[in-house]
Amino acid sequence: MSKSDVLNTLQNAGLDVLTCMQCGTCSSSCPSGRYTSLNTRRIVRGTCVGRDILHDEDLWMCTTCYTCQERCPREIKIADTILAIRTIAVHEGIMLPAHRKVSQLVLKYGHAVPINDDVKEKREKLKMDPIPGTVHKYPEALADVQTLLRSCEFDKLVA
Amino acid sequence: MSKLSLFLGCIVPNRYPGIEKATQLCLDKLDIDCSDLPGASCCPAPGVFRSFDKPTWLALAGRNIVLSEELGCDVLTICNGCYGSLTDANHELKENVALKKSTNVHLGKIGKKYEGTVDVRHIVEFLYDEFGPEKIKEMVVKPLDLKVALHYGCHLVKPSKERQLGSVEQPTFFDELIEATGAKSIDYPDKMACCGAGGGVRSALLERSLEMTKHKLSRIRDAGADCIVNACPFCHLQFDSGQAEIREKFALEYNIPVLHYSQLLGLALGFPPVELGIDLNIITNKEFFEKLRGRIE
Ligand code: SF4
Ligand code: SF4
Repeated sequence: MSKSDVLNTLQNAGLDVLTCMQCGTCSSSCPSGRYTSLNTRRIVRGTCVGRDILHDEDLWMCTTCYTCQERCPREIKIADTILAIRTIAVHEGIMLPAHRKVSQLVLKYGHAVPINDDVKEKREKLKMDPIPGTVHKYPEALADVQTLLRSCEFDKLVA
Repeated sequence: MSKLSLFLGCIVPNRYPGIEKATQLCLDKLDIDCSDLPGASCCPAPGVFRSFDKPTWLALAGRNIVLSEELGCDVLTICNGCYGSLTDANHELKENVALKKSTNVHLGKIGKKYEGTVDVRHIVEFLYDEFGPEKIKEMVVKPLDLKVALHYGCHLVKPSKERQLGSVEQPTFFDELIEATGAKSIDYPDKMACCGAGGGVRSALLERSLEMTKHKLSRIRDAGADCIVNACPFCHLQFDSGQAEIREKFALEYNIPVLHYSQLLGLALGFPPVELGIDLNIITNKEFFEKLRGRIE
């Protein structure tokens, strides 16, 4: 995807970043930026000027806390924009290995965090059914979830 | 008050079943009509799936909502992430005809159809609106003598345009529900800061996410809290499991117990800690249990 296409895709999704005045309110509010390389202002700037933002690893350090978005004086939907850029990146095959793994768990179990033996025991201690009444208990429900994921071609996206 | 179905998500049933148990005990005690939601899946997790592929997010969230529509119930969530994911998806599907249509093409393949007939609630916002702190206070049989460091969690109140629960910088509704149990909701710096887990940061960059948690834990310890209370099992996991991970990675010991609001309320409604699964956390602080025992028994 060309760099101007990223801006177009964002704009089509109602995400306008071009009004950014580089005040830095976002980056100075960012809890992640205190400990990681994430510089929110720089991401917005990079998006505006067409830098290769899709390969910027800072994209994945945002916890989606929405503080920046709440405080931006220009009302730029910053967190939503970061998420939308992630979507473009993932569709270009750019994805962290750990996220691919979590996606595989949902494909297999219908849960991003599936049950394990230790928790089954905890459930029994609490006098609960060791298997929760979710997709874990109903194979036909799991099959439905898997049908949906295939229908959306999510299996191919995260393969 | 409409009928509810309880949406469990992933972390509650599969990591912290005590929260599931405590929620059921509290709903029962408060005489809230709430059924199970058999066959529900991952919400799906907003930080990852929603940001990977929107149609997938809407299809899975749509299916979970349809399960509740089929029962004629509003969805009750006990997790900020599930709440954010399901309430936003519900909103988009209700408002956007084209998205509803394309999502229903996928749902049609499993014989389901999204109608848009129910709402999604979060237990804290639900209790505040439908009961209110005063009524909860009347139900309390064992007022708690605890200093609570409340952690709202980001997605309960943000993005505020979608949530409309008032101030995001200094909200008070959750504090009022804490104080209804007799506990004191103490003030501490960076109270509204993120726990560090969201957005796939915990799963991909654990150490970085723990730096944020460590920062909050230090603030909470310095403020002299007896425990942390949250209403999001992902924050719960990050604070509870995170303390063990921080011990290992940074050689720092906090030993602060972590409770979901259902568990705190359960204590105030008279249930013993073991029935609420509080002892099944990773952090089990002996002094805290003794303090509870003194109060409860
Ligand atoms: S807060 Fe808004 S205007 Fe200021 S730098 Fe960040 S995105 Fe730009
Ligand atoms: S939403 Fe992301 S970029 Fe914005 S303040 Fe939070 S962690 Fe930083």
